[in-house]
Amino acid sequence: MDEPRTPAVTKDAKPPRWRAWAPYAGLLALVALPFAAQALGQAALTTLATRMVILAIAASALNIALGLGGLVSFGHAAFYGVGAYAVGILTTHGASGAPFLGFIPGSELLGVNLLAAMLASGLVAGAIGALALRTSGVQFIMITLAFAQMLFFFFVALKAYGGDDGVSMRRRNALPGLNMRDDMTFYFVSLAILAVWLGISARLFHSRFGLLLGGIRQSERRMQAIGVSTVRTRWLAFVLSGMGTGLAGGLMAVFGRFVSPDMMHWTQSGELLIMVVLGGAGTIFGPVLGAFALIGLETLLAGWTEHWQVILGPALVLMALTFRGGLARLGRRREGP
Amino acid sequence: MALVLEQVLNGVQLGVMLFLLAAGLTLIFGIMGVINLAHGSLYMVGAYAAAFVAQATGSFLLAIPAGLAAAALVGMAIEYGVVRHLYARDHLDQVLATFGLILFFNQLVVLLFGRQPMFVQIPPALAGAVDLGFFSYPVYRLCIIAVGLATAGALFWLIQRTRLGMLVRAGATHRDMVQALGVDIRLLYTVVFGLGALLAGLAGLMAGPLLSVQVGMGEQILILTFVVVVIGGLGSVTGAFAGALLVGVVDTSLRAFLPGLLRGLMTGSEADALAGGVSAMGVYLLMAIVLLVRPKGLFPAHG
Repeated sequence: MDEPRTPAVTKDAKPPRWRAWAPYAGLLALVALPFAAQALGQAALTTLATRMVILAIAASALNIALGLGGLVSFGHAAFYGVGAYAVGILTTHGASGAPFLGFIPGSELLGVNLLAAMLASGLVAGAIGALALRTSGVQFIMITLAFAQMLFFFFVALKAYGGDDGVSMRRRNALPGLNMRDDMTFYFVSLAILAVWLGISARLFHSRFGLLLGGIRQSERRMQAIGVSTVRTRWLAFVLSGMGTGLAGGLMAVFGRFVSPDMMHWTQSGELLIMVVLGGAGTIFGPVLGAFALIGLETLLAGWTEHWQVILGPALVLMALTFRGGLARLGRRREGP
Repeated sequence: MALVLEQVLNGVQLGVMLFLLAAGLTLIFGIMGVINLAHGSLYMVGAYAAAFVAQATGSFLLAIPAGLAAAALVGMAIEYGVVRHLYARDHLDQVLATFGLILFFNQLVVLLFGRQPMFVQIPPALAGAVDLGFFSYPVYRLCIIAVGLATAGALFWLIQRTRLGMLVRAGATHRDMVQALGVDIRLLYTVVFGLGALLAGLAGLMAGPLLSVQVGMGEQILILTFVVVVIGGLGSVTGAFAGALLVGVVDTSLRAFLPGLLRGLMTGSEADALAGGVSAMGVYLLMAIVLLVRPKGLFPAHG
């Protein structure tokens, strides 16, 4: 077993005062962002920020498995895609009126569809986790990647729902009382979901379950010795993580009114991993920072040159070689061994 | 019967290609403990270098050393520049760094050669088919099988019978002891990485005339190689060989026979759709079954 290099949330000895205010300042900036974008005449900034917020939910969900549980999953794009397809399929059936599989009624309501997305991705994560968690280390990385690829090919072959071309939806899912067609409204809905999700994960990090997970990550044998069912705890973390990623996928499907197998391409799994590590695995706000930083960097580089990956690739190599702890640990005291 | 034999041969041909990649991947992991996602990029480098030289000179004979050398050199450069610094790090860092390398190499190839796939002619001496009694089979594919099996034999000889192989085996199980006995372990690592890259380049240059040489070809086969390595047992070359042949034959036969079988049970279009899905997922299901029965693979390394 390899020991992940960073401890999970630890109570730091006297962090600098600005750190306590940083999350609130960040939230304030995010709330002000679309108004600023409108004032500057840069409406595209709001859609970019919506993408960042949605991917921040996905990265934060992956962090439960990766940062807290030490499970290096290279297959989380599968859950992202399954969540998106759950929304896409239900919306299609909701619009046409014909029930899915003959007995599940379709729906065009955001709340219903996002719950379905979490349920579907949770079920898939449960099945994949039950198999993949029989292994560890490099094998776990390879197996999660392989299962994600299997689902990718499944949806490519699923001609009933577009195959390669995916599913397009006529309109965004509805949330009673709100005009979801408006990009600014949608941004605030996404931001609210992110805030709720972060609140839940902060509770989770400090719960008994979160502490057990951290313990298992640091020494599985000791936790077994004191009577913890390590396999079940890990599995539960994997499922929760998959459900959150599915929620993000579903939200992204509603946002773009489009789902395709590309959402579960293996590079998407890689990007989610990068967001978590760049921002700081095992921290609550790190993955959010990482998602904003990576998408921002990609957008900047893409505006500069078509071949932006020639720059991003070596930047990632450098990050992996030199950068430890992530953005969220800047300004925090060095943690002891 | 002829059709079945032909498909089995196709499966073996895919199998030996997968073995060339899986052997390198599993050796590198077994000895250095590194997961190298960029292994597929080395396959791509071999294929592009060979395709470029073949198009420029018109000679496949010149393309062979070009592909091999390019892959081995790029491999050793990667080891020296990046992977060497990752040996003591956890797998997450290795995944991120080698993922960055994939992005870099893929985009570099787009810069140099464009997005259009390159096509390589089968060398004239190997074009055509040979009569194998009751069916005929392309000579070039037979050649791939022969080269693959010969390489496998040479690799087993190298590992089991030579001094380098002895160091490789010892390095896999007792790394510190080998170092303490005065072996330059860093050189050994570079050599093994270069050997793995050479094998990947060989697979790439042989694949050129069969498939189109294009960006992303490395990742497609890399993920299949992961399946092979997991089925065979991580770190075991014997396992890689068995896993590669199994995956090659199962994948090819599912694609060849499943549509026909299902068409007997349901209507044509439904059968084709279902068969397409199941055969694409087939090897992953095989991996799931193997994992259920033997979580460490068919031939677990180190007991």
